[in-house]
Amino acid sequence: MATLHTRSAARLMIAPSVLLLLAWMIVPLAMTIYFSFLRYNLLMPGMEEFAGFSNYSYFLTDPAFFQAIFNTLAIVLGVLFITVVGGIALALLLDQPMFGQGIVRILVIAPFLIMPTVAALIWKNMFMNPVNGLFAWIAKLFGLQPFDFLANAPLMSVILIVAWQWLPFATLILLTALQSLDEEQKEAAQMDGAGAFSRFIYLVLPHLSRAITVVILIQTIFLLSVFAEILVTTNGGPGTQSTNLTFLVYAQALLQFDVGGASAGGIIAVILANIVAFFLMRMIGKTLEA
Amino acid sequence: MARNVSTQRKIVVTVVAWTIGILIFFPILWTFLTSFKTEAEAIASPPSLFFFDWTTENYHEVQSRSNYFLHFMNSVVISFGSTLIGLIIAIPSAWAMAFSPTKRTKDVLMWMLSTKMMPSVGVLVPMYLMFRNTGLLDTRTGLVIVLTLINLPIIIWMLYTYFKEIPGEILEAARMDGASLSKEIIYVLTPMAIPGIASTLLLNIILAWNEAFWTLNLSAAKAAPLTTFIASYSSPEGLFYAKLSAASTMAIAPILILGWFSQKQLVRGLTFGAVK
Repeated sequence: MATLHTRSAARLMIAPSVLLLLAWMIVPLAMTIYFSFLRYNLLMPGMEEFAGFSNYSYFLTDPAFFQAIFNTLAIVLGVLFITVVGGIALALLLDQPMFGQGIVRILVIAPFLIMPTVAALIWKNMFMNPVNGLFAWIAKLFGLQPFDFLANAPLMSVILIVAWQWLPFATLILLTALQSLDEEQKEAAQMDGAGAFSRFIYLVLPHLSRAITVVILIQTIFLLSVFAEILVTTNGGPGTQSTNLTFLVYAQALLQFDVGGASAGGIIAVILANIVAFFLMRMIGKTLEA
Repeated sequence: MARNVSTQRKIVVTVVAWTIGILIFFPILWTFLTSFKTEAEAIASPPSLFFFDWTTENYHEVQSRSNYFLHFMNSVVISFGSTLIGLIIAIPSAWAMAFSPTKRTKDVLMWMLSTKMMPSVGVLVPMYLMFRNTGLLDTRTGLVIVLTLINLPIIIWMLYTYFKEIPGEILEAARMDGASLSKEIIYVLTPMAIPGIASTLLLNIILAWNEAFWTLNLSAAKAAPLTTFIASYSSPEGLFYAKLSAASTMAIAPILILGWFSQKQLVRGLTFGAVK
């Protein structure tokens, strides 16, 4: 190997990736930080001036900001709860012997492969629409008043749609982890008289803990930046009821053209994500050693 | 007797699992079915599951109204383009890190991954302005560049975990048998590396095809891939359920099929090798 890959050759091979990612990480982020200290609106070009922390204080005192933080957390926690609990249940179910296991797996995985705009529009129009949606039809079948999901429970609707997309991810990973559980251990526990419940609590759950952590951390990274699902369903509304931090920054930048304010919001989003990323990186770092 | 109980149990599990599986899949099935209905049948009450006059009219309509094929090709070019360029950049890097690691390799890998953790919205403003000022806004080139960059860490990581599994001793054995360098690469390394490269390619095409932050923000009409095109159905046109369904079915079918073939790689790629 040494002749083929001398150290400098290896460096040369790694260099393009490192340089590209370095540029990608530093240049735009530095610009965002710079913009965040400017009063800069695209509708008033040439009027840029240093604004100190006023963009941050604007953002941090905007009631919409707190709503957005709340909504961001609600989406992350709501979806995590549904997908982790549902994912464990589904993984346990799919791990049982059955007929046509492969096909059921394929059915369950499917939502994860659907592009976000399609997933959101299907749910919005064909299921949650209060006039022509399937849910409205079911409600009428039982003599109930159809519920206008997106108008009356916008945040919950978004959570449901996103959870539908991510449930397969959690299921698939937990199922993969479950299948690596030693069959003999399960049998030994059974022979020692452990019931199904205590086998789950003392054997299966600890075995899954690593996979669950991975699911939680990776999903959190993606769920912090839910965007397309909100854009095509509620557009952040009514009001700001379903606006998360990503959507708020998008609206500030591309609808209000407030470059300075949006940049400050972007930096806040980066800081939030970094806190999560810190834990995720440590987790993955450990697996590198293993 | 015991056998009987386990068969019974198997049947119960089968019924429950199939019911749940079909429920989860139902929105997709429903979209597929609706795409073959007329607009009137699509919103008929009570809705019909299979017994309606099947028509392919919507598929023609979608194409003739909005040049669907252009957006489909945009998706193809953007996802394949960004994946191939990403692979060309990533293969040498992953190769070098897997086969001649230094004590800093791990740090480099972790750092690469950390770039993936940066929320896109944190750099939305400068990216938008740079694209606007350089004329990259709403171009395939621009989207290929961004998607290459955002998926590069995943490509490198996946390749790295696959390359890591190729045993170095095999190379030594080949050399002992008198294989030249070129023979070593063609007959020994390439065949062992190809499955890993193929899985990485597959997963990344899926990710790029479905990417819906940068495509939505940086494309409008001429370079719009299917994610952006479908988003245009969000208001009033979305009420044409049959056409929305036809457009959606064509947008998701290729990836659905690709994804089903690469379940295992999905797990591995999306967890950066942490769960295999």
